[in-house]
Amino acid sequence: MTSSDPRLGPAFLRPGTSSFAEFIAEQSPELLPSRRALPPGPPGGAAELAPHGTTIVAATFGANGSGGVVMAGDRRATAGNVIAQRDIEKVFPADELSAVGIAGTAGIAIEMVRLFQTELEHYEKIEGTTLSVDGKANRLSALIRGNLGLAMQGLAVIPLFAGYDELAGQGRIFSYDATGGRYEERAFHSVGSGSVFARGSLKKLYREDLSAEECVMAIVQALYDAADDDSATGGPDLTRRIFPVVHVITAAGQQRLSEDQVAAVADRVVAGRMIRPDGPAAALETGGPNA
Amino acid sequence: MSMPFYVSPEQLMKDRADFARKGIGRGRALAVVQYADGVLFVSENPSQALHKISELYDRIAFAAVGRYNEFENLRIAGVRLADMRGYAYDRRDVTGRGLANAYAQTLGTIFSSGGEKPYEVEIFVAEIGDTSAGDQIFRLTYDGQVADEHGFAAMGGATEPVTTYLREHWSEGLSLAEAVTLAVGALGHGGSSEGEAKVRRIPVADLEVAVLDRDRPQQRKFRRLGDAALGEILGPDPDPDPTPAAAPASDPGSPAAETAAAPQAPASPAVASPTTTAPTPPPSDPLGGPIGEDRPPVAPPVDPDDPLA
Repeated sequence: MTSSDPRLGPAFLRPGTSSFAEFIAEQSPELLPSRRALPPGPPGGAAELAPHGTTIVAATFGANGSGGVVMAGDRRATAGNVIAQRDIEKVFPADELSAVGIAGTAGIAIEMVRLFQTELEHYEKIEGTTLSVDGKANRLSALIRGNLGLAMQGLAVIPLFAGYDELAGQGRIFSYDATGGRYEERAFHSVGSGSVFARGSLKKLYREDLSAEECVMAIVQALYDAADDDSATGGPDLTRRIFPVVHVITAAGQQRLSEDQVAAVADRVVAGRMIRPDGPAAALETGGPNA
Repeated sequence: MSMPFYVSPEQLMKDRADFARKGIGRGRALAVVQYADGVLFVSENPSQALHKISELYDRIAFAAVGRYNEFENLRIAGVRLADMRGYAYDRRDVTGRGLANAYAQTLGTIFSSGGEKPYEVEIFVAEIGDTSAGDQIFRLTYDGQVADEHGFAAMGGATEPVTTYLREHWSEGLSLAEAVTLAVGALGHGGSSEGEAKVRRIPVADLEVAVLDRDRPQQRKFRRLGDAALGEILGPDPDPDPTPAAAPASDPGSPAAETAAAPQAPASPAVASPTTTAPTPPPSDPLGGPIGEDRPPVAPPVDPDDPLA
C-alpha cells in the first residue's frame, strides 16, 4: 500500500462501491491474492509448495435447521506425507452470524478468509446493514472465482460457509468448487480430504431433531471417523490436548466453543470408541435413535 | 460596484474560513463525553437513517457535523483506509491518530486549494484504550487543524453553552447513564440555531447516541444506543422541565435574552478549555455563538492565540 502521501487519494473519496475487494483492486491490487501473476509451470506444479488443510464438517440442527448450524474442523495441516502443523485453525468467524471453514492450500485459504471477513465488515460499516446470507455466500463465491488461476496451478481453496439466516430463521450451509460454483447444502456437508468418511458418518448419525449439544457430538464423531480412515485428517490429540475447532451459530450470534467444552465432548467420543472402535451403531432399518 | 482584481491571500483564506464556519454553525451541536467504560457520542439528529456518528474500526469511531454529503464522503474514506491498513498489516495497527492525520491532511489540502470549495465539516475521531487513560479524542476542523481533546468536547452550531455546561458538570469516571444524561442536558442548552437558546429537553426520538464501549466482549467496540435504552436512562419524554442537573442561576446558556444580547460575555476565557494541542475556539469565536449576516466572524489565521495558525 502507498503510504508516502498522507492524504486520502482520489480512490478513497470516490463514491460508489461498498465492496472492500473492489476498492483494493483499484487502490492496491497487489493486496489481492487473485491479482498475483504466477510464473509458468506445469499445471498443478505448485501444489507441493504449501501445507494443505483437511477436513471441515458442518451440520444444521433443529427442525429444518431452525436451531442454527454447527461448523467444525480438525487441526491438521499436511505437506505431502508430513504433518506440517498439529494445531492449525481452519474454521473462522466470518461475521457475527456466520463462519467459514477452509480446505485446500492453507496459506491462500487463510488470506482469502481475511479478505472475506474484511469484505463483510466493510460492507456493514459503509452501508449500515449486514449482507443477506445469500449475499455473503455470493461474495465468497466471487473471491474463489478470482483464485481460479492459482487453483489450476494446484493452489486450490475449497471453503465451506455456514450462516444463520435471520429472515428465514434457519441455519444454512454452502459448499463451493474451485471455479466459484456455489451450492446450498441441506442438513449437513463436509469438505476436504476426509470429507467422504465424515459425510458417511454423519449420514448415519444425523437426525433433524438434534439439539445443539447433540449436533456438536455428531460432528465430533464424524471428524473422528474421518481421522480414522484419512491419514491427512487429525483425530483428537489426547496427549497434547488438541481438539477440533467448533463454532456454533444461532440467532444469538456465532460463538466458538471453549477448549474445555470441546475437550469434554471429545473425551466422551474417545471413551465410547474404547468400547466400540467404530463408533455408535445405527439402526439397521428405518429411523429411530440408535438402540 | 467595483471588481477587485487582486485578493490578498489573507483575505482569501479568511473568506474561505468564514464560508466554512457559517455552514457548520447552521447545524446542530454534537457532544462527545468520556465516561468510565469508554467514549460517548450524542447528537441531535431526527433522522434514523442518515447517521452523524459511526464506526470506523474496532476501537475507533467517527462523528461529524456540517454538510452530510461531505462528511459521509470522509467517513467512507476513513472506513476504507482503516480496513485497508487492518488487512495489509494487522487489526492492532489501525490507530485513531493515523486516521486523524489522514483526515487532517485531506481537509487541509482541500481548504487551501483554490479550485475546490472548502468542506463545511467538523469531525471527531475517537479511539478507546484499555483503560480510560488510553482514550483519545481528536477534533478536526474544516481547515485541517487537529486538536487533542480530553474528557469532553462539542462541535457544530452554538457550542459555547454546550461546552460551558459540560465543563461545569463533567467529572472523571462517569457511568454510562450519567454521561448520557450529562450530554443530553448539555445539548439541550445549545439551542438549534440562533435565537433558540432556551434550555430544552431533546426528545429521545431526535437523539443519535452511540458509544465505544470497552466492556463489549466482541472485538468491535462500537455500539448504538436505541430509543428503548435511551428511554430507560433519560426517563419519559414529554416533561418540558429542564433537566434537574442544570445549575439554576450560574447557568449562562439558559436565558435567551442574555445570550442574544452579549453572546460572548458569560463564556470563560480560552485557558479554561481542556484542550491541549490547540484550544477550543476562543470566546470570540463565532462557532460558539449565533452567526448573523451583519457580524462577520473572525477567521482563525488572524487569531494570535492559536498555536497552529
